[in-house]
Amino acid sequence: MSRSRTEGLLPPGDYYLSGNEAAAEGALAVGCDFYAGYPITPSSEIMERMAWRLPEVGGTFVQMEDEIGSLCAVIGAAWAGAKAMTATSGPGFSLMMEPLGYAVMTETPLVIMDVQRAGPCTGQATRVGAGDIMQARWGAHGDYQIIALSPWSVQEMFDMAVQAFNLAERFRVPVVLLAEEAVGHLRERITLPSEVTVIQRDRDKTRPPFGSEEPDGVPPMPAFGDGADLLVTGSTHDEWGFRKTEDPEVQRRLVTRLSRKILDHRAEICSVETYCMEDAQVMVVAYGFTARSALHAVRHLRGEGLEVGMMRLRTLWPFPEEAVARMGEGRARVLVPEMNLGQIQGEVQKAVDCPVEAYHQVNGEVIPPSVLLKWIRERSL
Amino acid sequence: MSRDMNAYLREEIQRTPFCPGCGHGILMGVLLRAIDEMALPMERVLFVSGIGCAAWIPSPHFKADTLHTIHGRAVAFATGAKLYNPELITLVVSGDGDLSSIGGNHLIHAARRDLDMTVLCANNMIYGMTGGQVASTTPEGAETTTTPGGNPERPFDLCRLVAAAGARYVARYGVVQPLLLKRAIQKGIRTRGFAFIEVLSPCPTQFGRRNRLRDPAETMKSLKARLISQRQAKSLTESERASRIVYGEFASEDSDDLEGRGRDA
Repeated sequence: MSRSRTEGLLPPGDYYLSGNEAAAEGALAVGCDFYAGYPITPSSEIMERMAWRLPEVGGTFVQMEDEIGSLCAVIGAAWAGAKAMTATSGPGFSLMMEPLGYAVMTETPLVIMDVQRAGPCTGQATRVGAGDIMQARWGAHGDYQIIALSPWSVQEMFDMAVQAFNLAERFRVPVVLLAEEAVGHLRERITLPSEVTVIQRDRDKTRPPFGSEEPDGVPPMPAFGDGADLLVTGSTHDEWGFRKTEDPEVQRRLVTRLSRKILDHRAEICSVETYCMEDAQVMVVAYGFTARSALHAVRHLRGEGLEVGMMRLRTLWPFPEEAVARMGEGRARVLVPEMNLGQIQGEVQKAVDCPVEAYHQVNGEVIPPSVLLKWIRERSL
Repeated sequence: MSRDMNAYLREEIQRTPFCPGCGHGILMGVLLRAIDEMALPMERVLFVSGIGCAAWIPSPHFKADTLHTIHGRAVAFATGAKLYNPELITLVVSGDGDLSSIGGNHLIHAARRDLDMTVLCANNMIYGMTGGQVASTTPEGAETTTTPGGNPERPFDLCRLVAAAGARYVARYGVVQPLLLKRAIQKGIRTRGFAFIEVLSPCPTQFGRRNRLRDPAETMKSLKARLISQRQAKSLTESERASRIVYGEFASEDSDDLEGRGRDA
């Protein structure tokens, strides 16, 4: 279904917003009605906006005592029926890893916006980085799959906020909006649509809330107060939530299903864009803010007559392996520029047969188009 | 558990998880009787617990919405659920280590926020489930698996801690005082705001056997002998008080009537 603009939401049209502001508006547009968070640079503008915007749309806002409590409160609210989110950056994201695992295990739909700064640790709080890519994938213990999206513009901060909530509801899984400081603080024009697609939760209480018999592996989720006598636990549990902590078959079935419900739907979840790929000998694979510089470079090099193209990953997890493999087939070389020491590079190499070269920059600054122009040109002649 | 409380239990769960002599079974019964007498609308009652023996009191036993969370964060989970749906009668039931050690920050902040919820802290003065390690509530000198020479640290006075953080209702009773405990739980639920009840619940298995309280009956008797009222405490010297546990109410404001909370309204 789609949701028309209701009271309190911004009217459709053009706006001049920062990425963080746009992400908050996207969340509101898709029906987010609960926010719990803790201040952290460079994500705080999301929380500050939600603090005054949520009451305007009838939602609930709370500033918690830390990031662990923030994600726990988000999970509690989600089970009370909320579309709930938090926003943070590296250090806070690290603190959230245990409740993130709980959300995975209990199949709790929620959204975390991680506006990445330069790490590790406190690092450079006001500077940019893309160092949390693998943390989003592997940060919590145990085997699991989540979804992570990578926006490159203020418009996409809005659009992907909407998409993140919908994917969270569709698959009952935490979704991470893996933004970078540069796009969080960037101001540019954005067009708000008159309506957005909204996936609503199936609150059917007659079927098991942790069931394994669903054809797509995603069971319904009633809320507290619905009279479902919900039994929610982070321990291994059967389809009704009863703890089965010594049953090998229940453990195997649950852990497998938690992964399969994401991996089996990669075609539905994964999204990429391609530019100038028709006859390209060299394929640049980029994501997030770096893709802006990379595209600028690629277009310029096309003007010079070089056979170079680009694929932009909008989804990072699950990794769009099939699209990268298909598009990478027969190319001479694949180039991966990243604002880290090589996190997506390895995933790309797994998908393609040709050599993969990477450009790493970890100085807390965005990679300038001029740098990529030179680097790609040298590898495309 | 007597038959009349069966309606509050899930049919699928028929066994107690608690050791012989554990106080948690008594707390479980007292809590259900308190709820039964108040005729709380069970479809609106949410039980939240953390990790540890006491977290098993509501989950999976109680036939109601139960949220069995990660270690230490029960109050934070409950905060989100209660804020989003204020109609939920929210009861947190967990242990001393869970609520006051790893989860201490959430506890004091929930008290400061004055969220309308009731927290029952089953205090067995030790980490029971993990094998008897020292807790932030273990008495000074007590032997545990991680204090083989006796606990060198002072324990928290949980009631003073939570009262100082701003809780509306704070009380402490032992499981050997079931009627007083039941009344306190009801008062906590009736309180419009944050209520905290520390429930002393002996652990013969992990605490008792290392501290000459191996026999469950002796453990209960010992607890009963140590409990003194606040009035009795006033007449004792500090050293006389040191071995005693003071029970009673440590914060109590005018609790609201039972509007919307059961038949006593």
